Amino acid sequence: MEHIVKSYDAEIRELRSLISRMGGLVEDQLSAAITALSEYDVELAAKVKAGDRQIDDLEIQVENTAVSIFARRAPVADDLREIISSLKMSAVLERAGDYAKNIAKRTIAIAQERPVGFPPTIVQMSELAATMLRDVMDAYVRHNADAAMDVWYRDEQLDNLHNTAYRQLIARMVEMPDHINTWTHLLMIAKNLERIGDQTTNLAEQIYYSVKGTILEDTRPKHDLTSSVTSGPDASA
Amino acid sequence: MTTPSKIDSPTLWDSKEMQRRTARRYRQERIFRAAGLGAVAISALFLVVLLGNIISQGTGGFFQTYIETEVELPVKVLGDPRTMTPEEFANSVRRANMLGLVAKSLEETFPEVTSRSEKRALIKIFSTGVRGQLAQFVTENPNVVGTRQKLWLLASDDIDQVVKGNIDTETDEGDRRVSDRELAWLQKLEDAGRVDVKFHTTFLTSGDSRNPEMAGVWGAVVGSALTLFVTLILAFPVGVLTAIYLEEFAPQNRFTDFLEININNLAAVPSIVFGLLGLAVFIGTMHLPRSAPLVGGFTLALMTLPTIIIASRAAIKAVPPSIRDAARGLGASPMQVIFHHVLPLAMPGILTGTIIGMAQALGETAPLLMIGMVAFIVDIPSGITGAATALPVQVYLWADSPERAFAEKTSAAIMVLLFFLIMMNAVAIKLRQKFERKW
Amino acid sequence: MSAMPDQLSRMTEAMPEVTQTTRTPKMAARDVHVYYGETHAVKGVNLDLHQDEVTALIGPSGCGKSTFLRCLNRMNDTVATCRVEGSITLDGKDIYDNKIDVVQLRARVGMVFQKPNPFPKSIYENVAYGPRIHGLAETRLDLDEIVATSLEKAGLWNEVKDRLDTPGTALSGGQQQRLCIARAIAVNPEVILMDEPCSALDPIATARVEALIEELKGRYAIAIVTHSMQQAARISQKTAFFHLGNLVEMGETTQIFTTPREERTRDYITGRFG
Repeated sequence: MEHIVKSYDAEIRELRSLISRMGGLVEDQLSAAITALSEYDVELAAKVKAGDRQIDDLEIQVENTAVSIFARRAPVADDLREIISSLKMSAVLERAGDYAKNIAKRTIAIAQERPVGFPPTIVQMSELAATMLRDVMDAYVRHNADAAMDVWYRDEQLDNLHNTAYRQLIARMVEMPDHINTWTHLLMIAKNLERIGDQTTNLAEQIYYSVKGTILEDTRPKHDLTSSVTSGPDASA
Repeated sequence: MTTPSKIDSPTLWDSKEMQRRTARRYRQERIFRAAGLGAVAISALFLVVLLGNIISQGTGGFFQTYIETEVELPVKVLGDPRTMTPEEFANSVRRANMLGLVAKSLEETFPEVTSRSEKRALIKIFSTGVRGQLAQFVTENPNVVGTRQKLWLLASDDIDQVVKGNIDTETDEGDRRVSDRELAWLQKLEDAGRVDVKFHTTFLTSGDSRNPEMAGVWGAVVGSALTLFVTLILAFPVGVLTAIYLEEFAPQNRFTDFLEININNLAAVPSIVFGLLGLAVFIGTMHLPRSAPLVGGFTLALMTLPTIIIASRAAIKAVPPSIRDAARGLGASPMQVIFHHVLPLAMPGILTGTIIGMAQALGETAPLLMIGMVAFIVDIPSGITGAATALPVQVYLWADSPERAFAEKTSAAIMVLLFFLIMMNAVAIKLRQKFERKW
Repeated sequence: MSAMPDQLSRMTEAMPEVTQTTRTPKMAARDVHVYYGETHAVKGVNLDLHQDEVTALIGPSGCGKSTFLRCLNRMNDTVATCRVEGSITLDGKDIYDNKIDVVQLRARVGMVFQKPNPFPKSIYENVAYGPRIHGLAETRLDLDEIVATSLEKAGLWNEVKDRLDTPGTALSGGQQQRLCIARAIAVNPEVILMDEPCSALDPIATARVEALIEELKGRYAIAIVTHSMQQAARISQKTAFFHLGNLVEMGETTQIFTTPREERTRDYITGRFG
């Protein structure tokens, strides 16, 4: 049902559209960064780098809108949760945008090195991260907590892929140490993708809270084991 | 799609039609104000005419013509105050032929009057009240016995009317109550400066009399006061208690509705009906004394009750419910709520209603006629069971009297009545101010 | 020997924590129905009021919340057509029992009204009235003290101590309302009912009254009817939402205002009522 005060609805709609636009922008940035990476397209990468400004601007707009709603409407119940979530989601999306930008920056660096074949896991990761992002924003638009939870569970796959990519890149470093610069960048890119996945789970949590009203307890098993990886014989296997 | 409606197009405030409308509105307002002012003017005019008429006629009632004459006060007629107790002296004075003394004093002024019938006519220029006036003077000043005293004595009502100009001396002698002979005597006295119109305290201090120059309103004032006292004692507590019960305790049902309607109807019942009721119940059945302020008070109380009840109920109803709630919320019992909060706040209204009712009762004649308070009573009433009359009844009685001089007495009595009404209203306003508090 | 009292005192100190979970309510309403003639104004309400807790009753106009509140000290008794069913207990005793004296009940369960309604008497007399009719003060000195402490508790003492003889109606709206609260607490009640106490006050006066309510909550069980959602959120620990005579939802205020369980509650507090 709509609010009795029509302008209140309009403001909440405005906030939602801002978040949706941010989500869309982050998706675009991410896919553009991946494309630039796979095609060594420095120009596109530079565009991605510059495009982050837009996301930052949107975040500021979200903040202003949310603060104004707080100040004037004193939101409660689902309105309150929605606006709190929007605020948090804008921060998360901005962060995700930063990761995309970081990928683009590293792409420019990699392009200056000699070309080398990437492990396909990176591409898989980027595809998964992009779908997760798309799906979570979809869940947001449709106000669907279950769909958001789906995405939340899928982060496990991304973590697993990251573990794989990590091992693969370590192996490449051992095999082709003269490309160490590229491998390091790729290692960081994989980490960025994994981070983007984490952020989508954050988004999913916010959506869940906004819809259901309960804060999701962090019971999801962590599958990113890279922080405990040692350089022992097991690691390179 | 909404069709463009009239409200969407801007209103043409400057159009001819609008200006006409504005002009018409102003005109109507002016006419209305003028009509209101006219109404006020008409009522003011009526009031002024009425009051002016009464005052111009009635003022004379407070004054009376006096004639100066030098009276010989011989010991043999009056008795010797030095050899008697004051009581004996007073009795002796009362028995004395005062008019004879006055007649004797006139002989010196009018030596030409010799015949017995002429002498009898001459003494008539004085009021018969001279007897009492002289007796009182001598009783109060015993040492004047045996001396000659120049005294201002009360003239008769006809002479008084001539002096005040109320009798036209130009008309035919047979058409007026004063003969040419009397006019000549009066002229002689006036020429000697022995006729004067003076303020007449008797009017305010004595009871009724057949002689206009001797008649006073005091008996009626006391009668009215006693009657009102009985009315107040009876009607105020009964009225207020009834109002409280009906407002605060009575359940809302058919019976209370019926009661309410009847109380309101009672207020509209002609007062003479209350008189009939008083006659039948108080005198007929209960055998209370006739003509007494007690019965008058009972009857007027019946008449005043509805007024007091209605006014008190309105005043009680006007006390904001929030005050009741506050008291009740603190645990005040219904009676405490009423006596600590409702009544004090309703008091100004109750008192106003009561005094309006009292004023009504003060001016009421008809019921008193029915219960016999219309009798001719000379004495000042001594209690609520003695015979008495009341101010409006006195007015009615005098207005009915044939003597020319009673006309101005009537107006004067009305002035006294009005004075008391104004006093009561003043008291009402004073009390209201005293009790009035904001809430 | 000396250890015993020590132990005892420790036990009693610990008591509140134990009773916290299963504590008995100060007032309890069970299946309360109220009828005004044919109108069914309150329909089967179950509600507890606890000591040291503010319970806010919210809901649209005509939802029965004020009616229910007025049942708690039998203010509805004066309405001839009003009928109350079910049980309302104060310390476990039914207040609609024949043996209960209404006058005493109202002293124990005080009330503050929507419009500040001081008596048209002096400030002193306003506060002293309750103790006087209940005979709570033996001497004039006792009465003076009750008046002073009541005004102090109501946070009004410093503002009026120099003019106790001036009429209570001459105070500002907010001061009048605090005077009414002082008047209510002067009879030493156990429960205070407030029927929209701030609806006629400006924000500053409202804040003062709210601060006062917060301070009073430690000593009395307080129930407050309010139309201001924000006020309910600010001052209450429990919130009850009434709609069409039903108690739709009752819970911790924070829960009601962040995650109401019932859709009707949500629609009402977010301003979505059709």
